[in-house]
Amino acid sequence: MSNMSNPITADATNRMRNIGFVAGLAIVGSIAVIAILGPALLAQDPFTQDLTRRLVPPAWMETGRPEHWLGTDGLGRDYLARLAYGARISLLIGFMTTITSGLIGTTLGVLGGYFGGRIDDAVVFAITCRLSIPVVLVALAVVGLLGSSLTLLFLTLGLLLWDRFAVVARSATMQIRTLDYLSAARCAGCSTLHLLFREVLPNIAPHLAVVATLEMALAILAEATLSFLGLGVPPPLPSWGLMIAEGRDYMFFYSWVILIPGVALFILVLGVNLVGDGLRNWLGTERFR
Amino acid sequence: MLMFLLRRFLVALMVALTVMTFAFMLTRLSGDLAISIAGANASQADVEVIRKAYGLDQPVAIQYWNWISRAAVGDFGESYFFKERVSDLIAKRLPITVTLGLCGLGLALLVSIPLGVLAAINENSGVDRAVTVFSMIGQAIPSFWLGLILMVGLGLHLGLLPISGTGSWQHYVMPSVVLAFTGIPALTRLTRSGMIEAMASEYIRTARAKGLSRASIIGKHALRNATIPVVSIAAAKLGFMLGGSIVIETVFALHGVGYLAWESIGKNDFPIVQAVVFVLSIIYIGLTLLADLLNALLDPRLRTT
Repeated sequence: MSNMSNPITADATNRMRNIGFVAGLAIVGSIAVIAILGPALLAQDPFTQDLTRRLVPPAWMETGRPEHWLGTDGLGRDYLARLAYGARISLLIGFMTTITSGLIGTTLGVLGGYFGGRIDDAVVFAITCRLSIPVVLVALAVVGLLGSSLTLLFLTLGLLLWDRFAVVARSATMQIRTLDYLSAARCAGCSTLHLLFREVLPNIAPHLAVVATLEMALAILAEATLSFLGLGVPPPLPSWGLMIAEGRDYMFFYSWVILIPGVALFILVLGVNLVGDGLRNWLGTERFR
Repeated sequence: MLMFLLRRFLVALMVALTVMTFAFMLTRLSGDLAISIAGANASQADVEVIRKAYGLDQPVAIQYWNWISRAAVGDFGESYFFKERVSDLIAKRLPITVTLGLCGLGLALLVSIPLGVLAAINENSGVDRAVTVFSMIGQAIPSFWLGLILMVGLGLHLGLLPISGTGSWQHYVMPSVVLAFTGIPALTRLTRSGMIEAMASEYIRTARAKGLSRASIIGKHALRNATIPVVSIAAAKLGFMLGGSIVIETVFALHGVGYLAWESIGKNDFPIVQAVVFVLSIIYIGLTLLADLLNALLDPRLRTT
């Protein structure tokens, strides 16, 4: 009845995941290229306003102009140039947030998982407290109080989104804590620091890589959400969330204004998630072999 | 069992106290709260008046003690902007947020449990892959954007639903759908994996050997065991959803506590911000406590810790 052991259909699912992984890499890769090179290659500047050319629709629509391939926004700024620059901000925030939260979460998780006892109790308590704090609201409040800047944004998000890293690092460390190679290293007289950095960390790194992709997707969405609510990336920087917020006033007449940055955001997050899903699948099958 | 209850309750209490401290520190981040309230253009004298009026001239330790001891009995002081008691303001808005949260969670469960079961009993089939793709896509759609798209599509072009506001039950439809969407991918995956695990277990093999019907095996035996983790996650998810509803309430101008908090951040109305952070955290702590208890009732194996 259940075909869970059927290797042919399982293969098909694996193949789908592998295709997804490659597609995800391609998506993230090309968006990264656009983010790095785009602003330099494009003829239009993302900040130059031209009030005589406000809300020009994309080139394929009736009144579109070839020089503004994705049209212009409510202040006459080129949409394609802003989109390319926005990719830079999304990736930058996503990357920096992941590094910050990864450092905090992995440190806590490894310490709790390795030492156990009181230290682990404290780590679990910290995770519980962190989970009960509403992320978006607190991030909004922090940015509202301290004023918005890119650094503050990734630090705030990093300080709020480390829970998954901690949970995974902790359980992965607990699993390997009693394994022979760790006991062997301990008997060989390695210091605790050496054990943690040279034995534990490399062995839980694959799990952390999966969390990192998930976390990056979350951070990108969180940045867009905060910017959309007006307390994220400061204008006139073109964050995709901010572009959607600015397009909101015109969306009932020109729906492409919110469709374009929204689709860009969707594709990037999907790409990052596909990479994560492929990684997890690959690690999962690896373990059973 | 009693020890288990007591232990969980104590931990919840300590978490609540930590969150209270956190909420207090959050509003002191800017350094001088009085300047923030008065605004950048206020004179030195105005700042001093405000500092006195709101008790900000007292030592931080005393301010902290005042906040803790009053918040513990539900007194969050007076709003700087509305000139009303914060607890009244929140009490007025909370039903809206809770309604939205419950509708969103209900809708999410209604979609994700059948989907998860469907994917699990057809594991690795086309159906399973379709469900996986669906949840991948759902996870990548920004909720605020989905809200705007629905407003343009269903509200404007089809004219089916009101675009924003709080008036009637129709006003809750689109926000609930969007909120549900934020929970569906995770809940679906959880149901699927729980169900797959259950279907592979010994008692299912026994049930099958007894010659029970497929419907009975799936519905009575596997589903019950598979939904235990879903119940606890669903309670925690409701907490997350209430926290996340700030975005959706703002998009749809639904005047719940999330919207209140968002407004108050813009107005430097910190008693409200502080109180909403605290209330949402307490609700989350209460819900996870409830989830633990429910789990222990449903599954005696979990009571040992």
